[in-house]
Amino acid sequence: MSTGVKGGTGRDPNGGVGPDLNGGDAPLLRVRGLGVRLGSPAVPVLEEVDLTVRAGEIVGIVGETGSGKTTLARTVMGLLTPAAGSVEVDGVAVSGLRGAALRAHRRTGKVRFVFQDPLRSLDPDHTVGAIVGEGLAIAGVPAAERARRVRHALELVGLDPALAARRPAQLSGGQRQRVSIARAIVSEPALLICDEPVSALDASNRNHILRLLDELRERLGTGVVVISHDLGSLAGIADRVAVLYRGRIVEEGPISEVFDDPRHPYTALLVASAPRVRGTPRHDLARLRAPSTGGTGGCVFAHRCPFATGACAAVPPPVTRGERTVACHHTGTWSEAARVPVPAE
Amino acid sequence: MSAEPLLSVRDLRVTVSGGRAEAVRGVSFDVARGESVGLVGESGSGKTLTCRAVLGVLAPGCAVSGGSAEFDGLDLVGLDRRGLLGVRGRRIGAVFQDPASYLNPSLPVGGQLAEVLRVKLGLARREARDRSVELLAAMGLRDPGRVYGQYPHELSGGMLQRVLIAIAVSCDPELLIADEATTALDVTVQAEVLELLARLRAERGLSILFVSHDLAVISRLCDRIVVFYGGEIVESGPTGQVLAHPAHPYTEALLRVASEGDWTRRSLEVIPGQPPAAGAEIAGCRFADRCAVAVGRCHSARVPLTATAPGREVRCVRAEEPALAVAGAAL
Repeated sequence: MSTGVKGGTGRDPNGGVGPDLNGGDAPLLRVRGLGVRLGSPAVPVLEEVDLTVRAGEIVGIVGETGSGKTTLARTVMGLLTPAAGSVEVDGVAVSGLRGAALRAHRRTGKVRFVFQDPLRSLDPDHTVGAIVGEGLAIAGVPAAERARRVRHALELVGLDPALAARRPAQLSGGQRQRVSIARAIVSEPALLICDEPVSALDASNRNHILRLLDELRERLGTGVVVISHDLGSLAGIADRVAVLYRGRIVEEGPISEVFDDPRHPYTALLVASAPRVRGTPRHDLARLRAPSTGGTGGCVFAHRCPFATGACAAVPPPVTRGERTVACHHTGTWSEAARVPVPAE
Repeated sequence: MSAEPLLSVRDLRVTVSGGRAEAVRGVSFDVARGESVGLVGESGSGKTLTCRAVLGVLAPGCAVSGGSAEFDGLDLVGLDRRGLLGVRGRRIGAVFQDPASYLNPSLPVGGQLAEVLRVKLGLARREARDRSVELLAAMGLRDPGRVYGQYPHELSGGMLQRVLIAIAVSCDPELLIADEATTALDVTVQAEVLELLARLRAERGLSILFVSHDLAVISRLCDRIVVFYGGEIVESGPTGQVLAHPAHPYTEALLRVASEGDWTRRSLEVIPGQPPAAGAEIAGCRFADRCAVAVGRCHSARVPLTATAPGREVRCVRAEEPALAVAGAAL
């Protein structure tokens, strides 16, 4: 079963690249002015998206169905070609790669993906060991080395290495998602992109997986992007969050600040809508949901925004103050109008 | 308005794997008229099997092995197909998690709603259409006439779920069973659908049996919470009381893992260990292996579900100990 020396003569001898990020403070992922158009006729799915992820950082991306979260992830992976802007992973401009160069980049295993549905993204006919090691096999890693790394990856995600002989159907939902993550980290990626990694799991399993991602960034210095529509699960682990609405980032910043004191009406709507067992939201849901006062065009949220004015016919430029960035013409003013009355303190 | 509960489930038992494992182990609860009851628990705790047994739609290999589920005096367990058809859809409506998979993708949604009205209520074609459009409007769908003619793929998940709720309530049922009905929806849409259910309840006096693994969602809609663990009920009571003073360590653990609403918290709680396999025979408390406050007697004998206050039950030998709340908080 040995792949012999032949494997070593491949295009990319270093089947997996460790996070040897000695580039100072250079971000791991830098997305600049990204525009993606899909379909025929092509419609813009992402416009002027900026996003930065550093080594060891977890960045959450929230937004509703169709806001472009998955498209952003796929573009970063090099699965889609941008119409504008650039995507740089660890200094390599992924957006400029084509054909063999793109394939070679993917096979370095620097960026790996964890899918939402572990049952549908794991081959039911393969054993866990084969699934986790497949990427290494393709990159030409010898069998003995592969087995060692598969075992290590399974241990890292908290699975008994004896499970390597089982098939996905013999595992629970939480265990399957761990296998997905083990498959992603076996090549020691610098950047991990997780598309709704926990939405198929119940609360306890969800927290187990999120904790695992948190440990990985601590131990391996992995940069992690977590896409989720579940604000609660992101709040527990992400350092920063980017809020996408109709293909544009409307707000970005440290997650606890953004969720605690949203500066864009859409973020406030998300936060006030989230079911909660404790605390009260800062803004009044009914007020945030009131009919729009603005037209269409310009600001992507104007068609739904109860605070829109004539100014919103122009696209609001993202304005950065300190660590927070907001794209809204009325940032300081709408918030007072939507506040939940606070009992006298 | 009688004091009799609308739905009364007694000692219900459901087996899976062709009868080899008992996954629902003697579950009893009531749903009063106009009341909204939430079943909460981890995957595999038996909450969905319980609902499916009540609806008579258990998957192949699963069967009711004991107990009863009386709906307005009529035992649904053991009712023949014809009997069930008279109840299901007419007097009990149901909504599930994935709305797209319950509609025919090659037919407009309006026709699928009208079909129910024609078959179940015998309405004429024209009448069924008018009623359908009215129902779609009542579900908060804008431009219902247009939605009527649209295909499932043209509608968003939230719109599809509203169409399914319209179908479920089309015959003015007394009980609506909603199994993870808002789980797959975006957070803003989820809030709207929960409000729709609350409104239907207020307007039509609908009783709701709501199943979710998310305590926060249940707390928005339900008067009472029933907590499932390993095929048994471990705690039940009024929503506010259970959330403020959980009496079972498992409920307390569920509350700790629910992080929603506390954005500044930087640690994620987990419940250590795994729930017992479906049908596992365990001598003592089924939660004991994962319980932080378990003592010797928790492992030795079966723990009964005991009433601790009017409308409140708990299955824990240490539930009445005042020190427990302190121990739980210090975990």
